[in-house]
Amino acid sequence: MPVGFKLRALQTAAAAAYGAAVDASASVAPAPARNLHRFANPGRFLRLSGKVLPYLAAAALAVSAVGLWWGLFRAPADWQQGDAVRIMYVHVPAAWLASLGYLGLAVCAVLSLVWRHPLADLAAAEIGPVGAGFTALCLATGSLWGKPMWGAWWVWDARLTSMLVLFFLYLGHIALIRAFDDPQRGYRAAAILALVGVVDLPIIKFSVDWWNTLHQPDSITLTGAPTMYVGMLYPLAVCALGFTLGFAAIVVARLRAAVMERRIRALLMARAQEGRMTEGRMTDGRMTDGRAAGAS
Amino acid sequence: MSRPVMTRKRRRLILVLTCLAGLGGAAGLTLSAFSDNMVFFVAPSDFATKAPKPGHSFRMGGLVEAGSLQRATVDGKPVARFRVTDGGATVNVQYGGILPDLFREGQGIVALGTLRPDGSFLASEVLAKHDETYMPKDVADALKKSGHWNPAEGPPPPASTWNTLEVGRADAAKADAGKRAGG
Repeated sequence: MPVGFKLRALQTAAAAAYGAAVDASASVAPAPARNLHRFANPGRFLRLSGKVLPYLAAAALAVSAVGLWWGLFRAPADWQQGDAVRIMYVHVPAAWLASLGYLGLAVCAVLSLVWRHPLADLAAAEIGPVGAGFTALCLATGSLWGKPMWGAWWVWDARLTSMLVLFFLYLGHIALIRAFDDPQRGYRAAAILALVGVVDLPIIKFSVDWWNTLHQPDSITLTGAPTMYVGMLYPLAVCALGFTLGFAAIVVARLRAAVMERRIRALLMARAQEGRMTEGRMTDGRMTDGRAAGAS
Repeated sequence: MSRPVMTRKRRRLILVLTCLAGLGGAAGLTLSAFSDNMVFFVAPSDFATKAPKPGHSFRMGGLVEAGSLQRATVDGKPVARFRVTDGGATVNVQYGGILPDLFREGQGIVALGTLRPDGSFLASEVLAKHDETYMPKDVADALKKSGHWNPAEGPPPPASTWNTLEVGRADAAKADAGKRAGG
């Protein structure tokens, strides 16, 4: 078998990272874990997230629905912008979550590089596409607002440019983390990219204060009263909460799928190894059938 | 808790933090070095030092001065003349084309164009800059009626004076306007 060598290498890697998970599925009590590593166990993550996810998803849908209905239909129109102001109820939460998602990538990167947290790598791989989606939503809605209000779909000012750079950082991360045959190398490279890219976050945040930009400065600041009417501020807050819950729910669901996928792969590897040792007459296709399903 | 494992982790943590600090410092220095070149537009006060020679195009920004806007039609095309100020200096602007919806006196704008020898600005593109104010129409009307804000003169009063203003009913607006005018 030409794949034999690669198979064994992969299996070693998978077993190293997910051996604990396979053990946990046999309900072996894990060794007393130290603070951080308590949450590093994929088996425990699956159990906990399985309970939380339905509530998280329901809350995300309900809160987003209320927020969007409030913002799009009930909130007052702006005295200058008219109804175009309603784009804000999608644009602003999407922008916040684009930055927050990237901060999440950076936190995963530190957990991965320093503590070799096995879930952090998987989480980084799953946060990336979601964050990129929210960044794209932010850029698209901003463009739709910009044309009627500013008179331009796009301008190269510091806020818009730094946000576009964030989008490219996400795309680079998505590509890099999947670019290697050995997943561990991809995780390492992507973690470094995530940490380098975190420099962009303060630039995005303060671009409107440091430089002349066409983009307006923040309406909601820590120091002053919000320069936004409360009738607009409340639906924005509800939308932001709903979108945040939605972001979390999507990431948790994807992460669960990724953990289970890894488990199945590890089990299949073990079966394949077993079959090879007994000079198995079975083909790969048959092996995947009964045993893997029974084991999961 | 075995000692060597802790040391390795700590070493990796210190390495990551050091790299981040170095990177942050480098980015900060780069940005501060380029900060003069990162302006999206030049204010009229800075024309003497930052604007290119006449004939070279650049972006200029400021507030449209109250009472300065004149619209005309030349050969069937709309032409607007107005003055743009940043509080310190004022420049005459001429623009042939359709102005964006948010354009009005008192609004911040960014115009792309060239300086002419007489010091006026010939714009080829005018963008309206929206400020950070989000205000419903009835609140804006109440502020205007009560004399607290003339949008043509500049930005609205401090947000805390209006962002919770109750003007759901017309009589409430009138009462509020009366109270504010009296006080």
